[in-house]
Amino acid sequence: MTLLELTEVGKNYGAVRALEGVSLAVEAGKISCVLGDNGAGKSTLIKIIAGLHQHDEGRYAIAGEEVRLGSPRQALDRGIATVYQDLAVVPLMPVWRNFFLGAELGRFRLDIPRMRAITREALARMGIELPDVDRAIGTLSGGQRQCVAIARAVHFGAKALILDEPTAALGVKQSGVVLKYVAAARDAGLGVVLITHNPHHAYLVGDHFTLLKRGRMAGSHPRSEISLEQLTTEMAGGSDLAELSHELGRTDPKERPPT
Amino acid sequence: MNTEVLAHERPLRRHHSRPELGALLAAVAVFAVFSVVAESFLRSASIGTVLYAASTIGIMAVPVALLMIGGEFDLSAGVAVTTAALTSSMVSYQLTAVTWVGSLVSLAVALGIGALNGWLLSRTGLPSFIVTLGTFLMLTGANLGVTKLVSGTVSTKSIADMQGFASCHWLFASQFTVGGLTLKATVWWWLGLVLLGSWILLRTRFGNWIFAVGGDAAAARAVGVPVARTKTCLYLGVGFCAWVLGQHLLYSFDTVQSGEGVGNELIYIVAAVIGGCLITGGYGSVVGSALGALIFGMTSKGIVYAQWNPDWFKFFLGAMLLLAALLNSWVKRRAERGPGR
Ligand SMILES: Nc1ncnc2c1ncn2[C@@H]1O[C@H](COP(=O)(O)OP(=O)(O)O)[C@@H](O)[C@H]1O
Ligand SMILES: [Mg+2]
Repeated sequence: MTLLELTEVGKNYGAVRALEGVSLAVEAGKISCVLGDNGAGKSTLIKIIAGLHQHDEGRYAIAGEEVRLGSPRQALDRGIATVYQDLAVVPLMPVWRNFFLGAELGRFRLDIPRMRAITREALARMGIELPDVDRAIGTLSGGQRQCVAIARAVHFGAKALILDEPTAALGVKQSGVVLKYVAAARDAGLGVVLITHNPHHAYLVGDHFTLLKRGRMAGSHPRSEISLEQLTTEMAGGSDLAELSHELGRTDPKERPPT
Repeated sequence: MNTEVLAHERPLRRHHSRPELGALLAAVAVFAVFSVVAESFLRSASIGTVLYAASTIGIMAVPVALLMIGGEFDLSAGVAVTTAALTSSMVSYQLTAVTWVGSLVSLAVALGIGALNGWLLSRTGLPSFIVTLGTFLMLTGANLGVTKLVSGTVSTKSIADMQGFASCHWLFASQFTVGGLTLKATVWWWLGLVLLGSWILLRTRFGNWIFAVGGDAAAARAVGVPVARTKTCLYLGVGFCAWVLGQHLLYSFDTVQSGEGVGNELIYIVAAVIGGCLITGGYGSVVGSALGALIFGMTSKGIVYAQWNPDWFKFFLGAMLLLAALLNSWVKRRAERGPGR
């Protein structure tokens, strides 16, 4: 089932052309990876999906219905949860307050014991054991914070989960942990958009790969049609890389002409 | 799926959940010092005086602390108190109305000032420091200008003989004796506002939003928190409390000096910071603001009882502020950096 679909979407920031003609479909129970270098427009793409920005061109449809989202609230109400690269959580607030932020229990008065208990349970169900949900979420490591944010989206019944470079600032081990929870979210039936500039991370979990380059689509492949090597080469920019190696003037020693 | 243990226990967490801890220790220390050096400090009359001084700061420190936790300042809070008192007095006097009419109009004006601050903030996107510096200057000028225009002098006419004055005086400016201790009405208002403010902050959905908009407004917005509405409500809270304190000033002195209130906004902020509020928002406590106000009251009166030179009061307060601000920012850095990083 197609949860959401972007068709030929474009976006300008004033004179900056951030996106042009980008298409993407998100299926339930599948992980769709978006790969690209810094400044390729990955964050812009998910901010459109999440309702933080609006697209200037093209079509954005959720469950087949064309939409123009005016705020993140509207995206959340349609079951789209986003974990941002830079603003996933409020660091000084306790874990349980962050977990329920914007979806608190109780219309006015909070049901605090239940909120604490549910936070603990929801994290445990994702395999995250946190003895103390009262600590400031900022005291958790980056990977741990991402995991809490993912557990949160799963708990609140999101249909689609958008993750902006969840592994960018993490070490190898922590990246593995986060990718495991991304897979757990997929197994729970969510459609996932995973943004990354690491083809190895993408290939570990992805079902579909979309490549962005300077705001345009540079490739779109189902997993069956591309190998990790091909993905890595495409990501590294194939011909660009050869050019770079020439500019740096360091050729393979075997090929170095005799002097 | 294997299970990951995420936490390493650290003493910081315990401190974190108690932002007012530093203020509590400081308040106990100040109390102990003046109990020893000033023999009259522990008399019930002195305690009543100290609590009164603390309450006139504390009533405003509650909403100012909530606003600071929500990430904003209000430099107009001090003169807004005077505006509320002047409005009430002049409306009642000019219309020869029951004083309640003046007080209700004043409530509308005070809430209007809060709404204006909140609206300007969300509309312009300017820092609240600048926006409320603007409203501070405008109110300072309007207080003097309108009063001179209406009464011909810089103070209002006495409304002590007007209808309704007695009941208004009872509500805002009377005193009650409990167990030999005479307490002004403001002390009860203060106590009530601290309990209410603390309950809202820690036990309600709106309180969760206050922490969130101050801690990281963009993150809060991204999960659906109405950031602008939350901040505007906090400014309305400042307006309401300015009204309460303004009515106290009017009904206890019958007349109002139109130049009063300038500089008090900083004292409210000092009380909130000493009470553990982070200047950058997202962290703090209402009970802490009450302890800050109490330290202010004990020091300002205790110095007199101890027959010290009162000039040192401001010096002491400034030193307390710096210490508190350093402590708060240390806590914040620890909380954001996390363990082992
Ligand atoms: N708010 C903004 N205003 C202006 N330009 C922006 C803004 N956000 C991003 N850009 C520009 O749009 C392009 C794409 O940025 P972004 O989507 O953040 O890329 P990525 O996440 O792939 O690194 C970049 O050139 C960036 O400078
Ligand atoms: Mg980005």
